[in-house]
Amino acid sequence: MNGPPLEAWLALSAALFAVGLFGVLTRKNLVAILLGVELMANAANLNMVALGHFRGTPFGQAAALFSIALTVAEVVVGLAIVVLLARTHKSVDADAPSEMQG
Amino acid sequence: MTAWILFVLVAFGTLVSAVMVVRTADLVRAVLWLAASLVATAGLYALLDAGFLAAMQLLLYTGGIITLMLFAVMLVRRGPEAPTAGLIANPGRALTASLAVFGLVAFTVAEAGLPTEPGAGGSPSAKLLGQVLLGPLALPFEALSVLLLAAMVGAIALARRKDPEE
Repeated sequence: MNGPPLEAWLALSAALFAVGLFGVLTRKNLVAILLGVELMANAANLNMVALGHFRGTPFGQAAALFSIALTVAEVVVGLAIVVLLARTHKSVDADAPSEMQG
Repeated sequence: MTAWILFVLVAFGTLVSAVMVVRTADLVRAVLWLAASLVATAGLYALLDAGFLAAMQLLLYTGGIITLMLFAVMLVRRGPEAPTAGLIANPGRALTASLAVFGLVAFTVAEAGLPTEPGAGGSPSAKLLGQVLLGPLALPFEALSVLLLAAMVGAIALARRKDPEE
């Protein structure tokens, strides 16, 4: 077995997470921010699958399955909020809703 | 050796499409790049002997989430021009923060002394995965179904158009 070691998988996952974080920090559009969140969740899933593979346990894949389902729920509610904000504020800019600002 | 070549190729594809997701100005294109990144991740799962998970990734992420995202982009667009993703002008600090997170995680991974060989049990089959989900993980599995129901009801309640007479 001379495939990539666990470090390579975890480094790839960390890189994907960093790219997703960069997306969340640099986007103003709410849908685009959700895209970055998706990338980060995807990186976390990859982490769990890789760890489960190298530890020889099925719980890594089970955790990733749970995480996928949680992400689907998160995206559904997140997009519903975006659609609601687009209707009430006529904008999907993250700076548009500012009623709670002191 | 073949595993290394495949890993490098698919990992490169995943990373490049992830960077395109965060740097493309056109929102529809960014969503499609996300689809490419998620498909490549399914390839990575296949490389980890997680065939069932790769199938679920394709079905739920690229089938479900990308469709949902595209619908949301179409729903919230204003006017005939292409929806833009609103990049901020000066991403220097965001770049620093992302690189810091990557550096911290990479340093920890390098120092942790992790196993280099796959575990003795190998990757679980879909059958074993099902037995785990309905055996020791039965309670979180059931809780997840309640969560999905709550998310569905919540999404409908949030995005529903109010009746005009209200």
